[in-house]
Amino acid sequence: MSKNAQLADRKFIIGGFFILVALIYIFRLFYIQLVDDQYLKDARNNAFRHRTEYPVRGYIFDRKGKLLVMNAQSYDLWVTPNQVKDCDTIAMCEILEIDKKEFLKRMKKARQAPNSPRKESIFEKQLSPAVYAALQEKLYRFKGFDVQSRTVRKYPRPIAAHLLGYVGEVSKEKAAKDPYYREGDYIGVSGIEKSYEEALRGVKGVQIVMVDVNNKTKGRYMNGMYDTLAVPGKALFSSIDAEMQEYGEKLMHGKKGSIVAIEPSTGEILCLVSNPSYDPNLLVGGKLRAKNYAMLQMDTLNVPLFNRATQAMYPPGSIFKLIDALIGQKDGVLKTSTVYPCHSGYPPMGGKPKCHAHPACDLTHSIQQSCNSYYSYVFRSIVDQPAFPKFKDGYQHWRDAVMSFGPGTKLGYDIPYEKPGNVPSVKYYDKVFGTNGWRSNTIVSLGIGQAELTIVPIQMANVVSIIANHGYYYVPHVIKGVGTEKKLDTMYTRKHYAYVTDHQIYENVIDGMQLVVESGTARTSKIPDIVMCGKTGTAQNPHGKDHAVFVAFAPRENPKIAIACVVENSGFGGTYAAPIVSLMVEKYLKGKITRPDIEKRMMEVDIINNKNLIPTKHH
Amino acid sequence: MRRDEHKLFYGVDRITILIYALLVIMGWLNIYAAVYNEAHQSIFDTSQKYGKQLIWIGGAIALATFILIIDANFYTVFAYFFYGFLLLACIAVPFLGREVKGSRSWFRFGDFGIQPAEFMKFATNLALAKFLSNENIEVENSSRRTRLSDLIKNYKNTIFAVAILGLPLVIIKLLQDETGLAIVFMAFIITLYREGLSINFLLFGLLSALLFVLSLVMDSKTLIISLSVISLLSFVFVRRTRKNVIIVSIILAAASGVVLGTNYVYEHLEPHQKTRIDVLLGRGTVDLKKEGYNVNQAKIAIGSGGFFGKGYLQGTQTKYDFVPEQDTDFIFCTVGEEWGFLGSSIVILLELTLILRVIFMAERQRSDFSRIYGYGVASVLFFHLAVNVGMTIGLMPVIGIPLPFFSYGGSSLWSFTILLFIFIKLDANRLLILK
Repeated sequence: MSKNAQLADRKFIIGGFFILVALIYIFRLFYIQLVDDQYLKDARNNAFRHRTEYPVRGYIFDRKGKLLVMNAQSYDLWVTPNQVKDCDTIAMCEILEIDKKEFLKRMKKARQAPNSPRKESIFEKQLSPAVYAALQEKLYRFKGFDVQSRTVRKYPRPIAAHLLGYVGEVSKEKAAKDPYYREGDYIGVSGIEKSYEEALRGVKGVQIVMVDVNNKTKGRYMNGMYDTLAVPGKALFSSIDAEMQEYGEKLMHGKKGSIVAIEPSTGEILCLVSNPSYDPNLLVGGKLRAKNYAMLQMDTLNVPLFNRATQAMYPPGSIFKLIDALIGQKDGVLKTSTVYPCHSGYPPMGGKPKCHAHPACDLTHSIQQSCNSYYSYVFRSIVDQPAFPKFKDGYQHWRDAVMSFGPGTKLGYDIPYEKPGNVPSVKYYDKVFGTNGWRSNTIVSLGIGQAELTIVPIQMANVVSIIANHGYYYVPHVIKGVGTEKKLDTMYTRKHYAYVTDHQIYENVIDGMQLVVESGTARTSKIPDIVMCGKTGTAQNPHGKDHAVFVAFAPRENPKIAIACVVENSGFGGTYAAPIVSLMVEKYLKGKITRPDIEKRMMEVDIINNKNLIPTKHH
Repeated sequence: MRRDEHKLFYGVDRITILIYALLVIMGWLNIYAAVYNEAHQSIFDTSQKYGKQLIWIGGAIALATFILIIDANFYTVFAYFFYGFLLLACIAVPFLGREVKGSRSWFRFGDFGIQPAEFMKFATNLALAKFLSNENIEVENSSRRTRLSDLIKNYKNTIFAVAILGLPLVIIKLLQDETGLAIVFMAFIITLYREGLSINFLLFGLLSALLFVLSLVMDSKTLIISLSVISLLSFVFVRRTRKNVIIVSIILAAASGVVLGTNYVYEHLEPHQKTRIDVLLGRGTVDLKKEGYNVNQAKIAIGSGGFFGKGYLQGTQTKYDFVPEQDTDFIFCTVGEEWGFLGSSIVILLELTLILRVIFMAERQRSDFSRIYGYGVASVLFFHLAVNVGMTIGLMPVIGIPLPFFSYGGSSLWSFTILLFIFIKLDANRLLILK
């Protein structure tokens, strides 16, 4: 017992040692559970998967509520490589119409970073309905494969391809720059799809799902408390009139060129036709799009992907005389009574630019007759006016005034890849002719819309819109409302004033424009019961036959439509461009066509394939 | 009074029973959480581990009751018999038992299995207590030793005691290849210390372990030079008598021997043991997807628990099988993840309280046998707690032994129950015996 009493103190050492160890453990727990948060992060990486819920892309309606763009279901085949077991490779290859090499290549890709054997990745995108049906039936045989649906665009009417644009996979650069996108996501690549991408796409939702060690889904984290719902994309309400667009595309059949119509009182674009075009349904779906895109891109003869309405820059030709007439009056160097001589050309320059035979005319009739000589005088009188002792200041003044009507500037409308056209600068001419090498007469052909001057069809329509409004315009736009509240950016509701705003000055020019249609260069295009005011033009084309241009607005009182039409390689503006415009205007204002013979002719003419049914007239 | 003596719970230590019950219940709840899945929710589903564990718990209660009914003298009298019988079972099992997952330590009965090695613990404890409580025996005689024969004679009892615990260790390690089950018997050294073994043996063991670790993480040359410097410096505190110089030299030589021997031992370890040591010490590159996976996932599960834990059945790491062996050896991960720092501290403190309570009870015994047996219980429980929790939080190498009363498994639950309840019975009986 005494011995035991001696040793009994060892209980303290033993007990103390036990307590010490327990305390060390608790301290260690304190560290890894409360201090170091790396474990929490690792745990989340382990068990949480962030699943993206793709929102439905917004629909696009025309101005009357007709569907232009909608969505359709498409199906992607996904694979989780380490769940693939006893796969009947041959059967799978047969269904997908790929060979074994391709199959193995894709499996390898699905295993490698950024994919992982434990994570799902896309094996085949946008299965065709036939493949989907075949797969769905046999999917139970392919462990580790899964079909998931996604929405793709669908176009109920095969129109307005350029305007609407298309949706494609986001580029690597964009995905790297913009945190919203991940590789493989879809994004609007052109047209409205691009410019209204943010409204259309909506907001992706995130579902946090829990997975087990085999990456099997085990349910939502905290019953979805931290999930975010996908917000559907907003609907777009377009100002486009689907019927007009369709009709315009029919009229432009077989021709290269474009038609742009604007409602002057709002700046809303009614139609934006560019031909040759394509069925927008061609550029839907991964494999299909790639194939069709390549096909469209290879058509270098028709360049169907090129949006002529916003990107083709033409010399404006005679329609430019309207702008000269307005600036000249405003500067006081031109009156309605002003008469200039014309001897089939501009006399001071030895008959150049040339003109056709017509009696000497005043302002109104100079527009009706489209006299080249008259506007050479007008141009020089503006540039050389006494207010500017140096002619270069006069030219600069003319250029600024012209650009206030749109040419040479970006209007800022809501269709991407806007081209500004060109009004040559003083600097440019200094470079071409030398600082002292040019005078107003050197560049006199600018006055009749030739030389280096270029303008885009949508700008032509906008110029007419300004004239119809007597001095101002709204930035043209194809979307007049975003979302259910139909919001519109205030930049489209602000008036932009041109250099000339005097009512009477416009009336004088409009008188001439009315005569153009009544008894002038476009008299064949007169519409019964509608007063249309227009101007023909011929855009010089150094590569071949000239391009026909016609601009107009109607009716004269309270104008409803301002429109421009370019028909490439068709010569004089009155032959094709004016009748097409008159049909468009009639269709828009009356809803029907009273001149079916003209309509028939216009639709049948195939300039591209040289099936010209009308004898060419020269004026 | 006389009638009370015949009651089942007469003199039974209620605190111990309470903690035991708490641990078993908490253990079951955590097994349920670890195995939990939506498809099987009935707690009585015996195809699931929590269902089976209920049966084991029922068995444990029956065993405990049975142990309390039997006369306490039974354990003293049959101590060597239990020891011998179970030792034979341990030897027989590799030959007669069925191999399960590469392990040769199981007797199988249908769905249920029994590991004799688990029961070897209480038998060894009984045998050790019986041997050491012999009136004439003392561990390490303190009388002066002058001759080698004296030394052997005086240490004879110590050697015999060590043999009692060493025999099952060697058999289980060699025949069954169960390192975890075998190494537990080292715990009885604590009992020997309490009964008089010189602390030098423990210090030597601890120092060896320390040197082993140090020589694995440090260059052995640097280590030996450092040791030599420390030895020289020791003479600042110790008188430079001839005897002391010899003692220090011997210690230095032994330490150097350990250092030099470490690499040899390490190289002769089995690959998985090597990697476990590497994982613990962070030696070389540890691949968290392979050899480092268990420990890393265990730490992730516990570390992600925070203060209050993720809530019962809300643990993602354990519930979704990221942590292997989460219902048995890694059950503490479920505690750490779902109950957080609070819950895991409580579990550690509960186990510690139980162990300290057992020590307290051991010290109040009149009989040496009971006291020694009590210390054996405390030692075994402590060893399991330290190794099991230690490996899940990265403080111990991975050695597959269960957390007492907590881990899934009938053999371990029953063996701990028998171990503990024999002591409870002995304790309850303490007032009835004179010595």
